[in-house]
Amino acid sequence: MKLALFADVHSNLEAISACLVHARALGAQRYAFLGDLVGYGADPVAVLDLIAQYAVNGAVVVLGNHDAAAIGRNAGILNPNAHAAISWTRAQLGDKQRAFLSGLPLTVLDDDRLFVHASALAPEQWTYVTGPKQADESLRAANASYVFCGHVHEPKLYYVGAGGQPMPFRPIPGTPIPVPRHRRWLAIVGSTGQPRDGNNQASYVLFDPARERITFFRVPYDHGTAAQKIRAAGLPERLAMRLERGA
Amino acid sequence: MSARDQIIGPGSEIDGFRLGEMIHAGSMASIYRLIGPRGLLPLIMKIPRLGPGERAVNVIGFEVCRMVLGALAQSPHHPTLIAYGDVETTPYLVMEFVEGTRLSEWADRAPLPADEIVRVGTALAIALHDLHKQDVVHLDLKPTNVLYREDGDVVLIDFGLAHHSHYPDLLAEELRFPVGNWVYMAPEQALGVRSDLRSDIYALGGILYELATGQLPFGKPRSIAELRKRLYLDPVPPRAIVSETPGWLQEIILRCLEVDARDRYSSAEQVAIELASPSGVALTERASRQHRARWWALLHRRVRARRFEPAPCLPTASQPRVARITVVALAPGEFDEPMHEALRSATRQVITSDPACRVACVTVVAPAVSLSGEGEENSATGRHIRRLVELRRWAKSLGLPEERLTYHVLESDKPAQALVDYVKMNDIDQILIGAAVGGTGARRFAGVCAHVVMEVPCSVTVVRPRGQD
Repeated sequence: MKLALFADVHSNLEAISACLVHARALGAQRYAFLGDLVGYGADPVAVLDLIAQYAVNGAVVVLGNHDAAAIGRNAGILNPNAHAAISWTRAQLGDKQRAFLSGLPLTVLDDDRLFVHASALAPEQWTYVTGPKQADESLRAANASYVFCGHVHEPKLYYVGAGGQPMPFRPIPGTPIPVPRHRRWLAIVGSTGQPRDGNNQASYVLFDPARERITFFRVPYDHGTAAQKIRAAGLPERLAMRLERGA
Repeated sequence: MSARDQIIGPGSEIDGFRLGEMIHAGSMASIYRLIGPRGLLPLIMKIPRLGPGERAVNVIGFEVCRMVLGALAQSPHHPTLIAYGDVETTPYLVMEFVEGTRLSEWADRAPLPADEIVRVGTALAIALHDLHKQDVVHLDLKPTNVLYREDGDVVLIDFGLAHHSHYPDLLAEELRFPVGNWVYMAPEQALGVRSDLRSDIYALGGILYELATGQLPFGKPRSIAELRKRLYLDPVPPRAIVSETPGWLQEIILRCLEVDARDRYSSAEQVAIELASPSGVALTERASRQHRARWWALLHRRVRARRFEPAPCLPTASQPRVARITVVALAPGEFDEPMHEALRSATRQVITSDPACRVACVTVVAPAVSLSGEGEENSATGRHIRRLVELRRWAKSLGLPEERLTYHVLESDKPAQALVDYVKMNDIDQILIGAAVGGTGARRFAGVCAHVVMEVPCSVTVVRPRGQD
């Protein structure tokens, strides 16, 4: 059963909707949302209600640092724009959305797969996996063949080759990569709702466990509308521009 | 022999495949023919040597082979992957059995005459280019990994050390001990670079060197220190070993074997083109070199080699293509200046819009009919040279550097077909051709233009001089 993975949706309804349509068309039957469902964007309620519906149907959902901040939990230090957006988000959420976020785990282990927002080593410290060292720590802590995470907004695949140290690989969008399970893999799936690698298309990943293949996708979506909503909500202009530029 | 090898042998059955005779027992894998109910199938099974005492690179080589072959489009230049087994339980690859002669059989007979090297080398370069176009670098090119089918096509085999830029490089960490055949290994590969297609061009140069001289350019290194000598030492020029080696062939070989990848050809296609048309090879000092660099030059290079930095890798084919090739077809013996200027102007537009493109200037002449009774002026060679001079004169004012220009005088009494064949064989991106107007040459060229437009698989721009209809 193909599994679609989304991270850092950040209240971007246009982006997550486009990716879900894309994934479904390619045969996704299971779904995982790797944290930071809210923050930055202008549609926290709609996005949370949508993802909560997927959760009811069995999707994996884990907590991100922005989600923790939105319900008053430890979120580490947020930058001023993120902070402004979280203050605004808190005011939007109702009891239903707060309850949904409060019930989210930090990690989910399913068979040989571990789902987490940041590093599997002390997930609540929200460590960024920015290099082989952090990838190694996360993989060791996870004790699984596959670690799927977000937090870092740039898609990347760490793999353990001959030497035992994880090596980074920058995936080519749309190209399926063989990921045999006797090796260990850490996939940073990239941000669905706020890409930052210079490409403004939404990121998500499709994992095919039966064929042991992973494909990183970039999906064009109506970023203009998403940016317009951010401006209309009175959120920092920089957050709207980021969606247009993808950086 | 591992325990598995002792159990598996002719007659064994693996996942429904029945093994026939073992046709190869290497250090990394054993290869068996497969048999069906009616005898031998055109299939082989490759089983990696795994287990205690075997190298970890064997299993990774198996994975790489499966990944790369599985990703390649079907082509005559590599075996087709039919099936594979699970790497953890029953690793094997079932592939097409390629009936052919190994290049090592030619290598054993070396030194070979130039025309045979051209035939064998061109086919190899074309196969290599096909691979490079799909973002794969072979990285273990050697005479035993090159098969010639009966029709002359080359099949490259053994992709266990290959690099595919779309996939994580599982061998990237095996740097302590450079993997691959050291005899043909490029200097940057010896330092751990595994993603530059020009490393294959170096190995191609090593193979051509062996075919031309019967010797290996740097012998058989037995230690990393010996392997690294190629960072500063230049090979003995082929002409110093076999004096009949043509200058153009030495030029091609030594250019492939340049230490800095930037000084080599930037594509195997270029090597194929140059091998196929020796008269178009721009000769430099390499062509006439008679001996190795003197000791003082070596000393200087040796000092520099300590700080050797591999050149940045070329972008792969899925990124914008390395260099597009535009053919300019010129009518032979044509002194029609307005037409020449119109073609030059069209060529300049191409050059401006694509600063990396290359230009191949091509003309077609009738083949020599008479073998004697001609003066030097009218002999086939004489005419050939005159056409080359014309092409060079035409291209001079384009101001393109030498490495981006090539000249080709094709000999054929069917000029249109010769052009079409040339375009097809060399994977040309577009062709500029003068409309058949005015001039005697153009009249003889009439009909060529229409035929080319219809037949070639690339864009054709028909150029007309201003003020003519």
